[in-house]
Amino acid sequence: MTRTGSWRPTLARRSFIELPARERSRAILDEGTFRELLGPFDRLMSPWLPRQGIVPQSDDGVVVARGEIDGRAAVVLAVESAFQGGSIGEVGGSKMAGALELALRDYDDGRPVRPVILFETGGVRLQEANLGLAVIAELNAAVSALRPVVPVVGVSAGMVGCFGGMGITAGLCSYLILTRQARLGLNGPQVIEQEAGVEEFDSEDRALIYAVDGGEQRFEMGVADALVDDDASLVRDTVRAAFSLGVPEVHRSQEFGRYGELVERAASSPPTDPASLRTSWGRSEVSQRLADAVQEIEETPA
Amino acid sequence: MSRGRTWMKALAGDAVEAPVPSVLCADGEVDGCTARFLAVVPDPESPFQRARNGELGLREAWTLARLVREAAESDLSGSRRAIVAVVDLPGQAYGRLEETAALHLALAAASDAYATARLAGHPVVALIVGEALSGGFLAHGFQANRILALDDPGVTVHAMHEEAAARVTMRTVADLRRLADSVPPLAFDAATWASLGMCEPLIGGVDVEDPGPDDVRTVRQRLAASISEARDSPRDLSVRLASEGARENRQASIAVRAKLAEQWG
Repeated sequence: MTRTGSWRPTLARRSFIELPARERSRAILDEGTFRELLGPFDRLMSPWLPRQGIVPQSDDGVVVARGEIDGRAAVVLAVESAFQGGSIGEVGGSKMAGALELALRDYDDGRPVRPVILFETGGVRLQEANLGLAVIAELNAAVSALRPVVPVVGVSAGMVGCFGGMGITAGLCSYLILTRQARLGLNGPQVIEQEAGVEEFDSEDRALIYAVDGGEQRFEMGVADALVDDDASLVRDTVRAAFSLGVPEVHRSQEFGRYGELVERAASSPPTDPASLRTSWGRSEVSQRLADAVQEIEETPA
Repeated sequence: MSRGRTWMKALAGDAVEAPVPSVLCADGEVDGCTARFLAVVPDPESPFQRARNGELGLREAWTLARLVREAAESDLSGSRRAIVAVVDLPGQAYGRLEETAALHLALAAASDAYATARLAGHPVVALIVGEALSGGFLAHGFQANRILALDDPGVTVHAMHEEAAARVTMRTVADLRRLADSVPPLAFDAATWASLGMCEPLIGGVDVEDPGPDDVRTVRQRLAASISEARDSPRDLSVRLASEGARENRQASIAVRAKLAEQWG
């Protein structure tokens, strides 16, 4: 989504991408409601990094914040890409999974909480390998348990992107919001080049990377629901709009019939140009309703 | 023959079908009750060239999602059959086609199908007979209520292949192995993985490559025990953190949850 009309909003906009995780969370929540849980002063750090000569960080690179979205209880989980490339270790992953487990408990007690995940991550932190994998499994379990009753909204803005096990988590989200700078996939370009060779994927080819994994491509082929400018208030309004739509009737990742056919077709006539999927797959069904809801919010005086 | 195929045959015999050449499915039985067995196996002819060696690719993941969901759907009104994921996976498929066609979503679909079945009351058990690597394992096996693994040098669990893990963390393979002695999550072997509280006690004394009747009986007994335990316990994954291994090696995971609950409000 782009703001049209006057040039003033463009000049006045505040970048979301440039914000660190804590400020991103604050930007998503209603003003003045941000409250961080397990903040730096709780000093819950990775027990595994110091044993490998790596300095841990006092929040392990994940910010958990309670607050409100449109006056409703919310929790925002934000990965800080500046620490260890946004990789997920035991502590950071447990913070995310644990928060969603509590959100489910609250729902069962009649107090729904709106969960938002801000992805900026390459997936498992290899220095915590099997525990990184385990906590992502627990996070995915929590998303699967929560999303039938409360929509789980994901945002990836860039510049790290969202890959590895966390790409799976993004795939589980009820609504996914990307910017043009975002990249979303399973295996990052370097990993593919390493495993399959440069002729399979040239990880230095920026145009190729964005053609395959880029936010615009993922939106146009329907595996994300909104494409937004790098504008903090627009990202926030799109998150608000997503919650206003409620739990989707069918989650994308339940559609084995549709996607089973689409991927078989992709195998029999491999898309030489990824952009061809924009017509053959098409935008997500909710993308238009989401865009309308954003517009409505934008037009409502604060 | 791949280990996945060997164990599908050993556990479900003639019931084994191949809805697609690289996914085996069988409605067999364990302890007198129906169980759906699922495994990914190599298909050297696959049009998905990067998924010919038993990797979890687009076709495999969407097929697993369908087979798990169909089982759950047809059991809505009756007793929930057990679902057994036989795991022998060299990982997910690494390829350009795979990324282009959103492999992350396919893996999400398989992961969610298993999780949803578990939440609906199906006992979901993973049986690791070979490699359980990376995203492949996240989508096929790691959402199980109970995980069983054979005690065998060919059984390995990890986030990435050893050589790649060494490269990415800028170490030699020898360094990585040495570090794993003092940092258990870095290890590749089943016993160290089990010490993190991830699975039931390892199943030892079994010929993994060529199982005889006694070996199959041993595994079936353990499967039956896990299925019945899963039926009687919570449908989430809390059993992992309640384990003895977790109390020793996942203190941080436990502390995070306790503190989070205190501050949640």
